[in-house]
Amino acid sequence: MKNKKTITVAVTGLNAIDSPGPGIAVIRGLKESDFFNVRIIGLAYEILEPGIYMDELVDKVYQIPVPSSGFDVMLERLKYIQGKEKIDVLIPNFDAELMTFIKLKPILNKMGIKMLIPTKEQFEERLKGELNKFGEKLGIKVPKSETVFTINELEETLDDYDYPVVIKGKFYDAYIATNIEQAKIFFYKILAKWGAPIIVQEFINGNEFNITALGDGKGNMLGAVPMRKTFLTDKGKAWAGISIDDPKLLKMANDVISKTKWAGGMEIELMKEEKTNELYLLEINPRFPAWIYLANGCGQNHPEMLVKFLMGETVDPIEEYAIGKMFIRYSYDMICDLDKYEKMSIHGEV
Amino acid sequence: MKLKKNIAISESGFIFNPEIGTSFTTNSLGVAILKQLKEKTSLDKIKDSIVKNYDIDPITCEKDLDDFLRIVNQYNLLEEQS
Repeated sequence: MKNKKTITVAVTGLNAIDSPGPGIAVIRGLKESDFFNVRIIGLAYEILEPGIYMDELVDKVYQIPVPSSGFDVMLERLKYIQGKEKIDVLIPNFDAELMTFIKLKPILNKMGIKMLIPTKEQFEERLKGELNKFGEKLGIKVPKSETVFTINELEETLDDYDYPVVIKGKFYDAYIATNIEQAKIFFYKILAKWGAPIIVQEFINGNEFNITALGDGKGNMLGAVPMRKTFLTDKGKAWAGISIDDPKLLKMANDVISKTKWAGGMEIELMKEEKTNELYLLEINPRFPAWIYLANGCGQNHPEMLVKFLMGETVDPIEEYAIGKMFIRYSYDMICDLDKYEKMSIHGEV
Repeated sequence: MKLKKNIAISESGFIFNPEIGTSFTTNSLGVAILKQLKEKTSLDKIKDSIVKNYDIDPITCEKDLDDFLRIVNQYNLLEEQS
């Protein structure tokens, strides 16, 4: 398309590491837009997030305060950044930062920064500890789970579960424990890293499937691509995956988006029980997954669709996608000059 | 016995199940059997064609065909029997 409109999009999640954030995959989709010429502002929490040093993808980077610094600190930083850059759209890519951005949304909107993100209620009802209620509301099977805060609560709760059992953090990390001692070790490990609560979940034996989907906030699903992970890292993250053809999965994604009126990207994690072939909802992540570029490879560029929607362009829902497309990640050593690292360390921008 | 209709069978012997994203490899005879299953050919006819085209007696053929179909079933390539 000629005369592409130039816009500025800020993106978080530049941590393209072994457990990657989605930022770089989102940026790749945006840079391949047929509709927009996208200038990317990277927002980084750590100065060694690899995306900071990817000059071909990221035009300018600012360090931002971690979500625990508070609402006001983040707002001040974003005001400073917006004073220098005219950001049109911001795409948050971390679960842990999303509540801050939900609170900031009306203020950022007045500053000219648009976001397509879930509401506080939508964000909270799909929290891991609330998933049973969420499943009931939507008529979707969810493995039995309970939220615990202390080791005593964990011990009491485990009396009602058969092993193996899954021990999960509120935002990240999940481990399969085959006995109470292992469960306690995982409890403390997750508690030290992510804090309480910890979720105890029934283990479902089967194949895991994931869906990335985009909702317009009015109950319409703009696109969805299901995939199966074909290679996992030791952290359980997808290192390779393949797009699949399962209408049941797409129907479930459509149900979730239409019944919740979800706004923005989401990743649905499901388990198909081997014994019964029943689908169980494991998690809903309130953002694009790190493998979102597979959707682009399948013919659905969700980051571009999200930006088009926010910029007031017509976005027609897409149902078609290529089946049997694979993604395979790889490690790559960039050689970087020290001055960029120095600028990020001293000035917090580069 | 019927192969799931969306199973992709390549002449090279690469079999892809798009419903769950799994893939397998087989030889040219395996490809021929799967293609016939997809066309809803009866097991007796499949067995007859193998006996006719390969140097194998009917009893061994039936046993080998049963073994192959058991694997095909384990790989979730067959329609569920109602």
